This record gives sequence, C-alpha cells and structure tokens, in this order.
Amino acid sequence: MGSVTSIASLGRNGLYDWVVQRISAVVIAAYFLFLVFFLVMNPGLTYEQWVALFSSNWMQVFSTISLLMLLAHVWIGVWGVLTDYMTPRLMGSKANSMRLVVELVVFAVVLIVAVVGLSIFWSL
Amino acid sequence: MKISSVNGRPVNLDLNTIDLPITAYASITHRITGLVLCAAVLVLLWFLDKSLTSEADFTEVQKILSSMPIKALMFLFLAPFWYHLIAGIRHLIMDMGVGESLEGGRLGAKIVFIVSAVLIVFTGVWLWGA
Repeated sequence: MGSVTSIASLGRNGLYDWVVQRISAVVIAAYFLFLVFFLVMNPGLTYEQWVALFSSNWMQVFSTISLLMLLAHVWIGVWGVLTDYMTPRLMGSKANSMRLVVELVVFAVVLIVAVVGLSIFWSL
Repeated sequence: MKISSVNGRPVNLDLNTIDLPITAYASITHRITGLVLCAAVLVLLWFLDKSLTSEADFTEVQKILSSMPIKALMFLFLAPFWYHLIAGIRHLIMDMGVGESLEGGRLGAKIVFIVSAVLIVFTGVWLWGA
C-alpha cells in the first residue's frame, strides 16, 4: 500500500505533513513563549531595547525560521480543516471547486505574509 | 437519518444531533483557536512592523495597545494562543503513546481545559494589572 498523496497538501504525503506540523509547533511555541517572557520581564520596555532585540542576528534568524514554520503550520492546519468541512456532503456539489478557490486565497495570503514578514525582520 | 447502503443500518453523521464527548469539544476548540490565531498573526505582524519603524511609532503602538478595546482584542488573541498551545502539547504527549486510551483521552481533554483556563486568567491579570 502506498501512502496517499494530494497535490494540495504541503508535503508529498500525510506523514510528511504530520512531521512538519509537529516540528513547526515546537519552534512556534518556543518563539512566542520567548516573546511573552521577554515582554513580561521588561515592563518598562524602550524603543531602543525593542529594536536591539529584533535587529540582533540570532533574533533575525529565530524570527525567520519561526515565521516560515508558522506559515507551514498554518497551511497544514487550514488545509486539514478545509478538507474536513468544505466537502460535497456538507456543502453540496460545488464544495470541491469552492475549496480550491479558498485554498488558493489562503496560499496567496501565506506567500504575502512570508514576504512582508521577512522584509520586516531583515530591513532592521 | 440516512440508512447505510452497505448493511441497512442507520447512519448518523449530523453533529448537531450528537451529544459530543469532552474530547470532541477539546478538538473543535483546538481548530477554532487555530483559525483565530491565523487572524491574530496578521494583526500582530502589523503592530510589530509599526513598533520597529521609529520611536514615535513605538510610543503610538504602546498607546494603542494600552487602550481598552485593543487590550480586549489582545486578550482575544492570547486566550486562544494558550488553549492552542496546551492542546498542541497534549497532542505531542499522545504522539509518545501517553493518554491514548478512552479514559486517558477524557482526562487529557479536561487537563487541557483547566490548565489553559488558569493561563488565561493569569493573562487577564497581566494585561489589566492586579
């Protein structure tokens, strides 16, 4: 038995998506917990401290990896939700073509956020 | 209710008529919070961009974030964040084979709701000051 492959899934197959979803989850969690920790520990945060944090090379790399992981995570999660609920059984015969349109929109937003995000992180 | 074409038994997949177990609520909440966080990321990225532009913009972002409606909005982002995080950690624990039984699943779902509720309360205290 071969694994099921879908052209609309991020990876070549579900197992690949499953692994990416979990690895990305750990990276995103680390990034946001770090930011929450940083904000809680710096109640009187200044602009200089804030820029110093985001313009440091390790933070630029951390932000870049986290953003790309986040977008992969978003794509896998949204794809899963859409393929579960935008189905002919739940939404009628146009469901599959409607889902494709929604997926294209989501993918376009993901690409735009990647470009905007990377330009924020690397223009500092 | 539909009748199965395979064995003639009734088939019910209408979630509205099923009394969902707590594990189902844990799962659907994980999905809904995930979608909310997608929207949150767009708003947060905008705030991040502005806050890094200049000192004046930074001060303005601080002012916006301390206003009541935006504080409420941030709470509406942070609450799903904690739930999604804790529910995700539960998944990773279950991937390791812990809590996969029926009872383990129910207990895990309960723990996720309780732990995230505690974190959400702490977040409210942090945002509005105790």
